[in-house]
Amino acid sequence: MIGQAKNATSSPAKDETPDSPLIQVKDLGVVFDAGRAGFWGKKRLQVHAVENVSFDIHPGETLGLVGESGSGKSTTGRAILGRVPVSSGRIFFQGKEITHAGKEAVRTLSRHMQLVFQDPYASLNPRMKIVDIVAEPLLVHGLVKNIKAAAGEVAQLLELVGLPPDAGARYPHAFSGGQRQRVGIARALALKPQFIVADEPVSALDVSIRAQVVNLMQDLQARFGLAYLFIAHDLAVVRHISHRIAIMYAGNIVELADRHLIYESPVHPYTKALLSAVPVPDPPVQRARQRITCPGEAPNPMNPPAGCRFQSRCPYATQTCRDTAPVLTRRRPGQSAACWNC
Amino acid sequence: MSASRNVPLLEVRDLVVNFYTRGGVVQASRGVSFQVDYGQTLGIVGESGSGKSVAVQAVMGLISTPGRIEGGDILFQGRSLLDQAGKKFVREVRGKDISMIFQDPMTSLNPVFTIGTQITEVLRHHMGMTRDQARRRAMDLLGLVDINAPEKRLKQYPYEMSGGMRQRVMIAMALACEPQLIIADEPTTALDVTIQAQILELLTDLQQRLQVSVILITHDLGVVAQLCHRVAVMYAGRIVEVGDADQVFASPVHPYTKGLIRATPRLDVVTERMVSIDGVPPDLISPPRGCAFSPRCDQAKKDCLRAQALTPLGDDRHVSCWCAIKGDTR
Repeated sequence: MIGQAKNATSSPAKDETPDSPLIQVKDLGVVFDAGRAGFWGKKRLQVHAVENVSFDIHPGETLGLVGESGSGKSTTGRAILGRVPVSSGRIFFQGKEITHAGKEAVRTLSRHMQLVFQDPYASLNPRMKIVDIVAEPLLVHGLVKNIKAAAGEVAQLLELVGLPPDAGARYPHAFSGGQRQRVGIARALALKPQFIVADEPVSALDVSIRAQVVNLMQDLQARFGLAYLFIAHDLAVVRHISHRIAIMYAGNIVELADRHLIYESPVHPYTKALLSAVPVPDPPVQRARQRITCPGEAPNPMNPPAGCRFQSRCPYATQTCRDTAPVLTRRRPGQSAACWNC
Repeated sequence: MSASRNVPLLEVRDLVVNFYTRGGVVQASRGVSFQVDYGQTLGIVGESGSGKSVAVQAVMGLISTPGRIEGGDILFQGRSLLDQAGKKFVREVRGKDISMIFQDPMTSLNPVFTIGTQITEVLRHHMGMTRDQARRRAMDLLGLVDINAPEKRLKQYPYEMSGGMRQRVMIAMALACEPQLIIADEPTTALDVTIQAQILELLTDLQQRLQVSVILITHDLGVVAQLCHRVAVMYAGRIVEVGDADQVFASPVHPYTKGLIRATPRLDVVTERMVSIDGVPPDLISPPRGCAFSPRCDQAKKDCLRAQALTPLGDDRHVSCWCAIKGDTR
């Protein structure tokens, strides 16, 4: 075990092979200050939102990042975009380190990396016309002089995401949730990025609309070779859009695998419990399914337990799990998990 | 208890609810009819704005200005809940024989009182228990919903509990007066999947053990599949299809039901492309003439400009669609 770990750290990443990753995240850690406690505030409270998270994303690939609320999935996405200070670990974009890039560097980087938000009602300024919203990134980056000069490009972008040509002259309130999310996507695409972090882009949408947005994102990926970090809690949607899937629990990645492996042969007990918790919309099938319930709730991120963070809910927990945190290790080609007992 | 079992426990007939807003009259419920029998679980599914919550809020008397119930009737064990003469009866029924579980347990529990105070209040008000009796019953109730150390929990405030725990408390409160009907409005929507699974398991178990009737409002077809005997599908303020859950899922008749089932991604089935329903749900200030789904329906024809009432198709299935009834596209 120890020999393996040494090997992994001593061999540097293969540099710039034809299929080198677009994004590399290595041992990412994010800690938030949460005030002070104790006698005269001598004890600092910290929330360990993300710990030891590592993954790659290749050009044109979708990595699904799945977890329950508080698992650190959004924080991971925001850390990559430089919107959250990184406490430990390193982040690379096209082989260059961007972990602690300054304000200017983040601005330049944001041409290549964009964010699509969860709530299409809160993420569009209600006082701005659609044309202004979509053209704003172009103006900010000095690619156009004024809104008029951007008109042609905005019209193209709106057509690309399937909005009517007259949409630009209207305000967000005139649109439904699905249409607003299309505006959000058009805005993210304005700078022709290579990488988009989509933070729960369809969670706020109704079922009949959800598929429209997911299909649009897939079409855009095929057309422009975009890479996505698709953050979600809905395992069924993630299955459709992702090439690989990472399952997060309480700040750690517990399993990372090709999409079919996650669903057909999950390894980690949490992945299994998560999959069996999603009800299948088919009464006889759902009744017949064997359900693995995991009792209890996720640990407090202010005071996570030593060892594996899933130990309190895991049916297989042993003394090793309580003492030492497991690391992500390869189980079969295309699948790794962080667990001592599986 | 005295009512004969020939009458359904709850019957809603042609319920019309309008909301008078500055933008116009929102026709939230445009003639909704359904019934719930003893010991049965009815799932009402629909997307946001379909009127599913409004229908049950009317049952609980929670429609307030600018909303108004403008037509139809709600019968509990054969007696009207909308009748002015029966005001006293209504007050007794609501909260005692019919109780409700809300979506967000944080906002539906009072943050400034302990859990214990809130549960015992219900018991003392409706069941006329003494302080001591109520306390003992409250501890039993917390045990019933699998909350450990009930004595300690009774002294806690809602903020000291997690979302899943609060929802268990809400369920305990709903069960407090041994109701005959529980209305659960999106009870697991605000919860994580593994916690949702725990709560659904608990609800299934309690429903079977206590033989209570349940109306479950949800947008998640998976939740219906796990919990419900019958299912009613709502669209734009109307029920478009209702029937036995197994049968509706196996052979949906209304084009909207079909679309909804196809659009719901499944964990156990791999498809390359997700199926969507084109277009958007209608604006209920000026709903389309006739069938509200016709602008999005690929089988729409001239007949669809005239509204079709829910029509029985045999085996307990009712559908409101011209195509389904004439051609029987099953």
